[in-house]
Amino acid sequence: MTIYYTEEHEWISVEGTTGTVGITDHAQEQLGDITFVELPDAGSTVKKGDSVSVVDSVKAASDVYTPVSGEVTEVNPKLEDEPELVNSSAETDGWLFKIALSDASELESFMDEAAYKEFVESL
Amino acid sequence: MNAPNKSGWKPEMGPASDGEAPATASGDYALALEEPLIFELRGKGKCGVDFDYDPGEPSPEIAKFVRKKDVELPALAEPETVRHYTRLSRQNYAIDLGPFPLGSCTMKHNPRLNEAVARLPGFADIHPLQPMDTVQGAFAVIEQLADWLMKLTNMSAVAMSPKAGAHGELCGILAMRAALEARGDAREVVLVPESAHGTNPATAAFAGYKVENIPATKDGRVDLAKLKERLGPDVAGVMITNPNTCGLFERDMKAISDAVHAAGGLVYCDGANFNAIVGKVRPGDLGIDAMHINLHKTFSTPHGGGGPGSGPVVLSAALAPFAPIPFLRRDDKGRLRMVEERSAKTHAPESFGRMAAFHGQMGMFTRALAYILSHGADGLRQVAEDAVLNANYVLRSLEDVLDAPYADAGPCMHEALFSDDNLPDGMTTLDIAKGLIDEGFHPMTVYFPLVVHGAMLIEPTETESKIGLDRFIGSMRSLAERAKAGDETLKSAPRYAPRRRMDEARAARKPVLTWKAAPGQPGEPSLSEIGGS
Repeated sequence: MTIYYTEEHEWISVEGTTGTVGITDHAQEQLGDITFVELPDAGSTVKKGDSVSVVDSVKAASDVYTPVSGEVTEVNPKLEDEPELVNSSAETDGWLFKIALSDASELESFMDEAAYKEFVESL
Repeated sequence: MNAPNKSGWKPEMGPASDGEAPATASGDYALALEEPLIFELRGKGKCGVDFDYDPGEPSPEIAKFVRKKDVELPALAEPETVRHYTRLSRQNYAIDLGPFPLGSCTMKHNPRLNEAVARLPGFADIHPLQPMDTVQGAFAVIEQLADWLMKLTNMSAVAMSPKAGAHGELCGILAMRAALEARGDAREVVLVPESAHGTNPATAAFAGYKVENIPATKDGRVDLAKLKERLGPDVAGVMITNPNTCGLFERDMKAISDAVHAAGGLVYCDGANFNAIVGKVRPGDLGIDAMHINLHKTFSTPHGGGGPGSGPVVLSAALAPFAPIPFLRRDDKGRLRMVEERSAKTHAPESFGRMAAFHGQMGMFTRALAYILSHGADGLRQVAEDAVLNANYVLRSLEDVLDAPYADAGPCMHEALFSDDNLPDGMTTLDIAKGLIDEGFHPMTVYFPLVVHGAMLIEPTETESKIGLDRFIGSMRSLAERAKAGDETLKSAPRYAPRRRMDEARAARKPVLTWKAAPGQPGEPSLSEIGGS
């Protein structure tokens, strides 16, 4: 399993051809208390960079862009009742959706944990 | 002479609900009044009306529908009802009580002269379906206001019917779409810079366009080079807020318009902040094709629950033929006539259609025209100058205690923008805003615009005097200094408001939107009470 990070503050953990996508801990900290998460439909086909989800916080509503193309296979069922999971465990239990990757080469441009950490510090 | 107040209490000390003074039995503290829900006030058999006949038992049936449960309406006597709402209103803050420094909202004083004019029976008691010959005076008001708006903006036409800012944006974008389609050149992308109002991308998307973002430069303005790079045959136009939502004038506006026009696109300007440049800059001179004007901002009609908005849209010569109906024209006898669907075939064959049922917000037109005529051209220019002067006074008075990210980008326009960069860890923009409530002010706009971290956006408008601004600035300085000193009491502000700090996350996650009385408690309804017998 490898975890990649994007400049849009999303993470994707990849196992085989399935990726699990969420927002980073840094992102949730910036957003403040999250009040609602709008998730994509399981079964929908999405293209890298599409806005597929919206995270509402007490400060703002923010689009989440899918870092990769493919078919959404599953969305996190817990977030409907417990959006606060994204605050408490953004990079584990607070995942947003799983996606079957259609093009693994899309992952090549992403950062690893160390590079992302450096990126956040540079902001 | 009255005896001195031995307690030493002064109004600025707030209600003495703890410490030496005992709690009151009523829960009220002199003029700080508590108030239950209206449902908790209801009693059995109460009624505000004395019928001169027996209304009898209400039928539980309407057509095929049968009511199975009680109608849980509050039943109160008239004085209880009046007091309930008056007491609630005393827990509220209003522009008639003090400054409302909400940035990007432009909460200015509503002159009483406007109200007097709007209440004249010839304006207040007419109906949009009256014969046109009986409302020539009202039509003349719309015509005069339209003429002022076109002159102030140097534009060719104005659509008066849009009901507010976002509705005006939609009107402008639909006119742009109609013009592009008329020349057989449907395009699909609208460019929106980061410094634009949030409604701009929403409007473009709602009108069916794909929205693309244009980044801002370091000094908070549109990146002209990036914009030029993106222009092409697929770009329908741009939507730019000028002055923008960082409170800055887009100096490159003319160059932006020229570049967009050269690429075959059109320019929409969000004119919500026109109050900063009215009488000083004519948007038509900057190459703008469409711009909405918020009468409820720039022209002082009530705003934010005080009245309906009104967002007329001025249009360039290129867009004028596509303006929506209805609009006014004079016939050959000089009578004013409203051009509707039937007459549009002759007088507006290219109109894109209708934005609203009638001609617009008549009550706002009379108020806005009263504001314009009572100020005159010189007065309007001074409105812009004073609004900008006041905002710069706030910016320069606070830039040493709060981080002002664009302070070096030159003078601001109508609003001053600060960030939370100077605040220590654990102290936030929200704490400053809540502290401002205790200081007796409405908070500023917070966490918007998004381009600035922990934004505090302050728009004093021309309404505030120097004395009023100094009081506000004094409070802001004190709050900033308390935050920097790590004063934990700020975290529990507001302390003196009718309610303490709300749990915003819980209110949004698990809102309780209904109230139900416990059995046998005040407010529990029963059918017999509804019947009034």
